Amino acid sequence: MNSDTPIVIPRGWTARSRLIRDRSTILASCLLLAMAIPCFLAPLISPYDPAAQPDIVGLQSVAPSFAHPFGTDPFSRDVLSRVIYGGRLSLTVAIIATIVSVTLGTAYGAAAGYSNGIAGAILQRILDALLSIPRLLLLIAIFAAWRDAPLFYFILVLGFTGWYGLARLVRGQVLALKGRDFVQSARALGASRARIFFRHVLPNVWSPVIVAATLGIGHVIVLEAGLSYLGIGVRQPTASWGNIIQDGSDQMATHWWISFFPGMAIVLTVMAFNVLGDSLLKALEPRRSVME
Amino acid sequence: MAAFLARRIAQGLAVVMLVATTVFFLIHAAPGDPFSASMENPGITEGVRAAWRHTYGLDQPIGEQYVHYVASVARGDLGFSFSLQRPVADALGSALPNTLLLMTVALAAGFFIGIVVAIAQVRRRGKPADHILGAISIFLFSVPDFWLAMLILVAFAYWLPLFPIGGSVDPVMHDMMGSGARALDRVRHIILPGLTLALLYFPLIARHQRAALLDAITADYITTGRAKGVSEAHLVNRHALRNALLPIVTILGVAFPALLTGAVFVENVFSWPGMGRLIVNAIGSRDYPLLTAAVLLGSMFVIVGSIGADVLYRALDPRLRDEL
Amino acid sequence: MTQPLLSVQNLSTYFHTETGVARSVDGVSFDIGEAETLGIVGESGCGKSVTALSILRLIQAPGRIEPGSRIEFEGKDLVTLGDSAMREIRGNRISMIFQEPMSALNPVFTVGDQVAEVGRVHGTGSRRDAWNHAVEMLALTGIPSPEERAKQYPHQLSGGMRQRVLIAMALMMKPALIIADEPTTALDVTIQAQILDLLTDLQKKLGTSILMITHDLGVIAETASRVLVMYGGEVVEEADVRVLFANAHHPYTEGLMNAMPQITHERERLNVIPGTVPPPTAWPSGCRFRDRCPYAWEKCEKEHPPLYQIGERHNSRCHLAVEPERRAHPHLPLVEQVGATL
Repeated sequence: MNSDTPIVIPRGWTARSRLIRDRSTILASCLLLAMAIPCFLAPLISPYDPAAQPDIVGLQSVAPSFAHPFGTDPFSRDVLSRVIYGGRLSLTVAIIATIVSVTLGTAYGAAAGYSNGIAGAILQRILDALLSIPRLLLLIAIFAAWRDAPLFYFILVLGFTGWYGLARLVRGQVLALKGRDFVQSARALGASRARIFFRHVLPNVWSPVIVAATLGIGHVIVLEAGLSYLGIGVRQPTASWGNIIQDGSDQMATHWWISFFPGMAIVLTVMAFNVLGDSLLKALEPRRSVME
Repeated sequence: MAAFLARRIAQGLAVVMLVATTVFFLIHAAPGDPFSASMENPGITEGVRAAWRHTYGLDQPIGEQYVHYVASVARGDLGFSFSLQRPVADALGSALPNTLLLMTVALAAGFFIGIVVAIAQVRRRGKPADHILGAISIFLFSVPDFWLAMLILVAFAYWLPLFPIGGSVDPVMHDMMGSGARALDRVRHIILPGLTLALLYFPLIARHQRAALLDAITADYITTGRAKGVSEAHLVNRHALRNALLPIVTILGVAFPALLTGAVFVENVFSWPGMGRLIVNAIGSRDYPLLTAAVLLGSMFVIVGSIGADVLYRALDPRLRDEL
Repeated sequence: MTQPLLSVQNLSTYFHTETGVARSVDGVSFDIGEAETLGIVGESGCGKSVTALSILRLIQAPGRIEPGSRIEFEGKDLVTLGDSAMREIRGNRISMIFQEPMSALNPVFTVGDQVAEVGRVHGTGSRRDAWNHAVEMLALTGIPSPEERAKQYPHQLSGGMRQRVLIAMALMMKPALIIADEPTTALDVTIQAQILDLLTDLQKKLGTSILMITHDLGVIAETASRVLVMYGGEVVEEADVRVLFANAHHPYTEGLMNAMPQITHERERLNVIPGTVPPPTAWPSGCRFRDRCPYAWEKCEKEHPPLYQIGERHNSRCHLAVEPERRAHPHLPLVEQVGATL
């Protein structure tokens, strides 16, 4: 194949047919819909009010039954309803945070790859520094200090700490594109920097961005769950998958259902995102087809 | 080589300073301070709190506090933990060996399982065994660390009480044991957390290793090997693996921070007396010096991990060895 | 005539891909005698390399040696031989020299180790013996200070040295047959001559047979005693080397000869055969060369030519064998006619 041709459209074509043929992609998409649709229809299908504590004595930590398929928690709340509402929150948090980080990562990576000389070098050094911060420890430190930060800021901080890897990827892609013939010839024809960037460079960095976004959502779901489990993420009584697990964490041996079901919800959803991201990677960028 | 190391270490130190600055300001910009949390306790008067703030320098302007902090970090003094009532360096110093031990066990087990799984997959590529192992990998890759730890703890310490429920040694009996029994006691305690962490991180290695092996197996030198009469098993285990291990070494740089994250959760579930447990315990008391130091130490881990991966890569690849 | 060392009969190797069946090698037969050098010549895509790989059964899926093919070697049929028995033969009785000496060597092992590996796989001695033997072989191929060179990695050697390493590797077990697949293509012209001299020299010393695969008739002229010309997965002409150069019959062979740079003739430009080899998934009906042939007529489209015997040990797959007068009236080949009307 000629490596100098702009390959957006033909590649998209073959990528689509490759995706459609892949059985695991279809399975993952179905699984994702099966998880996401009930969550976003929470008020319609949830059997109970997720925060209601109908009988704190009689209905405390009741095992799964017809009335409560996932059982109840120590505060007599219905676990199924909490998992549904919690899923809506967890998914929303993950999607918004990922939109923030993907935007930042693409913008920074493009800027770092596109600027020349000292500016480019400085941007690269800053990125190197950011890449060596352990995300979870940083988030723990921040949220331990900002304990009453509203949910909106929580999501923003998740987004602001999640873009370094993508920025590095986009920077590499842009650097490679800069040297390619079709960009060089556009430059030779006198196209402006902005025009070259938006017309020629940006369309070619979409595939790593899409893959990173898909894998990123799964990653943020796990991260949010972890922080909420530690008590510094989404606060009670608002349900999120992480803090439902926390509700049952010290009685896992006797009342397993409280933590088990939200955990399974996380695993299935995140797995669907990972399989989907993997398939996208295989279809869009066969050469880089290992999960980053 | 020495110049390379010196440059990388200098860069690393600059990064650590940058991280310290960022975290310092992010934390100190938060409303309230550690001692406003004691508000719930009516016995502690405003006067007592003011005295505490004075003791820990929290009543000074933030700029002065920062200068003071940077100066002491440069001296190797990470501050004084108010929740533990001992120097942070001291507390981290006693917890760190436990974390390193856990991470080493997990890293060794994770790499071993990952490489074995990848070889098995490549030897049976496209067959059901390949797909099943791939599915298991992606499942474990998607599981939240703490949740898997909880499941394993409940399954193998409560329902099937094969292993102790936590800690690094038996709290009562350990000191009375002979040296052989002590070693056994330690092994029994590290199996569950170590294995949990290894299970969480082997998929990362297996997936990369599989791709690298598949890449290597199509190389011309493999055809040469076949033409020499070398068996398929030997071609994968020796010729392809040796080449495919090179890219895997760079995964060390990724695996290190990932293991650290995992260690935070796994240590808490298994009450393992390491850094992760220390950090989580510091959340409630808003122990600023301890939390900041934890982030610092974490980024040092990441930097050491990536320098280590670079050095190892150069040592293993004969094409780069000449440049050492 | 005595029993040949290797007898390939009706060898067909097809690749069963999603886009169709590629008949890369399609009914090829030939013999190689003891201490003989057989050359196979043709453009890339003609099936010569696949033929070489088929003999050692190094064809990977989706490629397959089709039923009905026979490869007889030292009294065994290599097509049906078990895997472990086949491994016994590879590198031991039949060895192979590849085109690209850099990528054919494993970058992470020393060259001595890789040469010695042949001895470790097939020999009975210790690792030490295999190593010493490897050093001897490296010396035999003319590598200076072989003890030190053996401890070096492929990237530390020059292209010519690497090819000598591959030859040493191939000679380790004193095989009956060496298959050399374009052994000099990746090398500089001066080194090419050295390597070819080395091969013929070693052949004389050791009495090995050689199957020389190349696109370069010059290499054939220098090394081979008998030649097979391949086109479209088939043998299109076979003859002793002198006969072929003096008396080429098939238009394709003629084209190859004309494309050779010659010092004796002053020429305006190098003649090339117009067009390219068609894809192996869609060989034309009739003669596979007809679209590029300056003599083709209706018969060539209708009838697939058999291998006509046209002289002593000289066969050609061309209908000109029965209608020789047509050679007097060449025309523009079809590919050029189409090009002209476009």
